[in-house]
Amino acid sequence: MADVTTVTGRGASRPVRRAVPRRPARRDGPAWVPYAFIAPALLLYGAFLLYPLVRAAQFSLFDWNGIGAAEFVGLANYVDIVHDERLREAFWHALVLVFFYAILPLCIGLVLAALLTRAKVRGLGFFRTVIFLPQVIAMVVVAVTWRQIYAPDGPLNGLLRAVGLGSLARPWLGDYTFTLPAVGLIGTWVSTGLVTVLLMAGMSRVSPDLYEAARLDGAGPVQEFFAITLPAVRGEITVALTLTIVAALKTFDLVYVTTSGGPGTSTTVPSYEVYRRAFELGEVGSAAAIGVTLTILVFIINAGVNWFGERK
Amino acid sequence: MKVSALERNVNYLVLGVFALVILAPIVYVLTLSLGPESASVAREGGLVHPENYPEAWEVGRFGSYMLTSVVVSVLVVVVAVLASILAGYALGTMTFRGSTAFFYLFLLGIMVPTEAFIVPLFYDLRSLHLTNTIWGVALPQIAMSIAFGTYWMRTYFRSAARALIEAARLDGAGPMRVLWQILVPIGRPAILTLVLLTFMWTWNEFLIPLVMSPSGDVRTAPLGLAFFQGQYTQGTALLAAGAVMVALPVVVLYVFLQRHFIKGMIEGAVRE
Repeated sequence: MADVTTVTGRGASRPVRRAVPRRPARRDGPAWVPYAFIAPALLLYGAFLLYPLVRAAQFSLFDWNGIGAAEFVGLANYVDIVHDERLREAFWHALVLVFFYAILPLCIGLVLAALLTRAKVRGLGFFRTVIFLPQVIAMVVVAVTWRQIYAPDGPLNGLLRAVGLGSLARPWLGDYTFTLPAVGLIGTWVSTGLVTVLLMAGMSRVSPDLYEAARLDGAGPVQEFFAITLPAVRGEITVALTLTIVAALKTFDLVYVTTSGGPGTSTTVPSYEVYRRAFELGEVGSAAAIGVTLTILVFIINAGVNWFGERK
Repeated sequence: MKVSALERNVNYLVLGVFALVILAPIVYVLTLSLGPESASVAREGGLVHPENYPEAWEVGRFGSYMLTSVVVSVLVVVVAVLASILAGYALGTMTFRGSTAFFYLFLLGIMVPTEAFIVPLFYDLRSLHLTNTIWGVALPQIAMSIAFGTYWMRTYFRSAARALIEAARLDGAGPMRVLWQILVPIGRPAILTLVLLTFMWTWNEFLIPLVMSPSGDVRTAPLGLAFFQGQYTQGTALLAAGAVMVALPVVVLYVFLQRHFIKGMIEGAVRE
């Protein structure tokens, strides 16, 4: 832990560090003191998150209906994920949602944040408050609201008919092709504010001198964006992608409340399959295997995005 | 930075359109909640119908769901924040064997999806007769909140004035006194942020209360709303009123303390 002293800025005060042995030995108390401090957190966290996570790995190797005897099946539940068409579809849908939760908001957020950072417009504080608002509203409330908006005689179809695009009107949440994008767009509505606020924070740290210099060199707004702004917010992009991709892969409430995975299987996602299998179909082992696979996927994507973000 | 008047106006337009897209669904649900509940009510006239709120409260049994939500949230916030302060203090200011390993262990919990551990946890808590109780709903959320809270408090304690800690220690103050009489009072903003975020996540949580109380005995407000939607399919006014009531506590806190929410969610996301 010697490096901690430098990290916390105590490196400059070398004499203090050398003075350590001369201090009374009981300055920090007995050696068990730090462990006593972390004990309550570690016990609760260990018992109700870490231990069940290990149990999930164990469950995933068994065929169990939740009541009777469990039968050891090895990796069969994992093999199923590849072979079961419904599950393959669920994971594919999760990737489609990644586009709507992460990629689309990132594109919109980059443009918005770049525009807003270039010109210091008034009302920016209010704007920030508004676009961040979807982040604090319970997902169930968001889902209930959008279900009304997407209803066959809801305001979205009303708007389409009013502007003469009535032929596009449809039951948005009852259509095999359009339901997944419709659900995904709700995710876009939720994520974009968070991504934009993050990027704005990053862009505001870029020195204005850089832009002045670029303009003197005759750079236009687009060149400016790619040469200065984009490289400067690489860290923020990494964070934004990590947050939104994980949110996309974990989508549950939204699907549960808006479509229950339907129509047919057109909007089912891994989280929903975990719930359905464990608590509706009594396929506990399979549910645990999906959960473990989802966790591994989250970690791989996290590591991938971070690796990409740190690469120079 | 100087930009042309045209660009400035385009910016205002983009700003306005985007704010509108975000606000429109919220305004729509508010309008619905104040609209007539049925065709017969509409015929009787009246422009706004605030009576939808008490009626939804009654019909949707939001009183008892809200109470459950309050009890669960208070439990999770108090236990998780206290445990996080203690653990964050040790990991942030003390040197001891295994501290780095413990830190990464807690960090792991921030990323683990609920879906992964909820299935075995349900069956294990069921054999302990803890499902369908407040504790069954609260304990998994306490564990999740501790993972983030320990990380958050450790960051604060590492940045807190070390000179102050040193001085207090030389004066003979033990670790407990340093923590509660110096660091916690000056760390109130960081702790308030953690309290607010933990409250928001707990209040809005859906999957854990859904799984942990299959009988519906411990039904929190968001679950109450989802079931209300399933039961009352004829009118949308009461449903909208229920939706507004479920969202309101967190939104009100956000409006007054938005700095904490935005700062917390953005800085909390910047991992090491």
